[in-house]
Amino acid sequence: MFESLSDRLTGVFKKLKGHGKLTEKNVEEGLREVRMALLEADVHYKVVKQLIADIKARALGQEVLASLTPGQQVVKIVNEELTKLMGAEHQDIDLKGAAPVSVMLVGLQGSGKTTTAGKLSVFLRKQGRKPYLVPADVYRPAAIDQLKKLGEQISVPVFPSSAEADPVKICLEARTQAQVAGCDTLLLDTAGRLHVDEALMGELERIKKAVNPSEILLVADAMTGQDAVNIAEAFNDALEIGGVVLSKMDGDARGGAAISIRAVTGKPIKFVGTGEKLADLEAFHPERMSSRILGMGDMLTMIEKAQAAVDEKTAADLEKKLRKSQFTLEDFRDQMVQVRKMGSLTDLLKMVPGMGQAKQLKNMQVDEKELVRIEAMINSMTPQERRNHAIINGSRRRRIAKGSGNSVQDVNRLLKNYTQVMKMIKKMNKGGVRGLGRGMLPM
Amino acid sequence: MAIRWFKKNKSGDDASASRAGEESRENADVDSPKGPPAAAGSDDSAQESEPIEPKTCAAGDQQIEESKSGFFGRLRKGLSKTREILTTDIDDLFLGKKELDAAILEELEERLITADLGVQTTMALMEKISKRARKISGPQDLKAAIKEEILSMIVGAKPHPPEKPASRPRVILVLGVNGVGKTTTIGKLAARAASEGQKVLIAAADTFRAAAIEQLEIWAKRAGADFVRHKDGADPAAVAFDSIEAAIARDMDLVLVDTAGRLHTKVNLMAELKKIKRTIGKKIPDAPHESLLVLDATTGQNALSQAKLFHEEVGITGLVMTKLDGTAKGGVVVSVCNSMQLPLHYIGVGEKIDDLQPFDPEQYVDAIV
Repeated sequence: MFESLSDRLTGVFKKLKGHGKLTEKNVEEGLREVRMALLEADVHYKVVKQLIADIKARALGQEVLASLTPGQQVVKIVNEELTKLMGAEHQDIDLKGAAPVSVMLVGLQGSGKTTTAGKLSVFLRKQGRKPYLVPADVYRPAAIDQLKKLGEQISVPVFPSSAEADPVKICLEARTQAQVAGCDTLLLDTAGRLHVDEALMGELERIKKAVNPSEILLVADAMTGQDAVNIAEAFNDALEIGGVVLSKMDGDARGGAAISIRAVTGKPIKFVGTGEKLADLEAFHPERMSSRILGMGDMLTMIEKAQAAVDEKTAADLEKKLRKSQFTLEDFRDQMVQVRKMGSLTDLLKMVPGMGQAKQLKNMQVDEKELVRIEAMINSMTPQERRNHAIINGSRRRRIAKGSGNSVQDVNRLLKNYTQVMKMIKKMNKGGVRGLGRGMLPM
Repeated sequence: MAIRWFKKNKSGDDASASRAGEESRENADVDSPKGPPAAAGSDDSAQESEPIEPKTCAAGDQQIEESKSGFFGRLRKGLSKTREILTTDIDDLFLGKKELDAAILEELEERLITADLGVQTTMALMEKISKRARKISGPQDLKAAIKEEILSMIVGAKPHPPEKPASRPRVILVLGVNGVGKTTTIGKLAARAASEGQKVLIAAADTFRAAAIEQLEIWAKRAGADFVRHKDGADPAAVAFDSIEAAIARDMDLVLVDTAGRLHTKVNLMAELKKIKRTIGKKIPDAPHESLLVLDATTGQNALSQAKLFHEEVGITGLVMTKLDGTAKGGVVVSVCNSMQLPLHYIGVGEKIDDLQPFDPEQYVDAIV
């Protein structure tokens, strides 16, 4: 996500850290690199200028030059200023008002509004709301079909818009229909438009006036260049947006647009799209993001993901079993299924502090299929074998290998890993988390 | 002179003209394939005889005006935002000054970076300009210098006229990240080829995104092209294979293969592209004759990364740059052309079918500086 930006900054900071004492020249050199890194990350020129000026003023002040570790002091200042720019804390989607409330999604063509509408309804449904999708894009061929299909996939009702109808009327009628259908949150998917297109911007203003939405979200592509500020400003001026959804954050976009938009409009980024699947939408946490930019990891998001994927009862059961060292292969399999619910392993690993930087991880694609194979092997065991792995002898191994389409070596490896995990659990129960560090994920 | 023309037009006409474009969008799209050969030759007269449907009469005035301004006018209009950054500002830079001083150079650097030229391209350009600084006095000189230097950077991207492939049909694979406008580009390419009298078949190999097939089908109908589709979620390589087979059987001239948008960093999805390419090659050994990467001009420096990775992974033969009309940032064209050494075939400067124009470096530079 922000990897490239953090890579660059880490490089800069390494140089700065090496100095015992910083001269004005050192600081300036370092900041020039910071400036380049930010500009290359598509942060807007003016925003960079301001940021660098602020950092410089503080860095050249006494607090740095007199300090014992001036390099680190500069790093700290950059971090603080970046955090300040990104905003203090996460702001939730605004759904206040009498039901049904409306959420309007606006943005340029191809920024990802329709997909975001689908993702957002999955997200809101998890929070106990009843979403209702409204396709109001009557221009792009098959845009209405697209939302209808998405709605089918996630079983969310979709208003049957017609491409001949007026978008404003569609939105108004949808409201009544939503009430009939017993839904409380309308998601209005508007047509993509250029921010310089006054006629179409006027249409958005009319929709806003007619439905009085509780929330207007600008969907912006994370890869947007310097123009991000103009886009955000134009939509904000016309509609007074409530926040931003940054889409396509799973590529190698440096995400400078996030910083620019925030700095120029003052409007928070509320969500980020992080993948192709409809569950891939995350709440945006600025404070976590700036530490992510600086390579400090993002444990909080990982924990949240775990909480969403694991249901509490199973977790409690599991804990009991772990305590009694009765962790069977069956539990092992359940555990794995839950880890997979949290998302791809590669994504998860990136959130672990230090891991984002680890070189060996850079080009490593964690083999998700390995998990599938392990699951297949466990499924090929008899219940008895799963409960007591000790009985799995040579001929049973051969059978399991055949049944799951793997080699005997694979089965051996699985059993070896499993016994190691068991040993670790026993150690843990005897006290001391020390055994944990290595092999937390026993694959 | 041209600048004055632009300034005059910019304030008054933009809004109404774009509305006219909006209202007539459907009609224009449907009709142009049937009309006389469209913009391909960049011939003014071809533009003037663009058919105006009775239905669009309400917006007709603007349309006529627009048609009259012809190919170059429309290019300018589409690029007006880019022009605003470079042209008018360069005049402002010199306000009351004769000499090119450090302040002007710094300002210029800012303009170039905010036009998405990217840090490295800007630095390279600035270095060249600084070297010539002594000979520059006044905005005209500076403009000429910038023009010359930018041209030298992008001239390599001038597309060569397509060689006649040894085998028929000619196959073009269209790739790109999500939301850059692949499907729309295919619709426009199909209409363009059909209007030149070619028999076109479109392959709906984007089986992933909801309703992508339906969207493309509408474009195919508009362009009067044949259409091959499978079900949602089908193997895209299979769709490509079937389309080529159908195209050979029906004796088509051109096959356009649409693919699902994918981020260039997703290894598995890039592998899928390779498979599509291999599959096409099984049917016609030297196909696909072209693999076009579609880039969105609103994208910042990530466009470079996209071009590099797609090229490394699948091998692309050319670029298409879309959405140049809405953005202040045509600069990414320079940045990509400079570093990729790949021909830029078309640029999209508007929503109408002939707003997808062949790229010409000289004209482009003239339009933006």
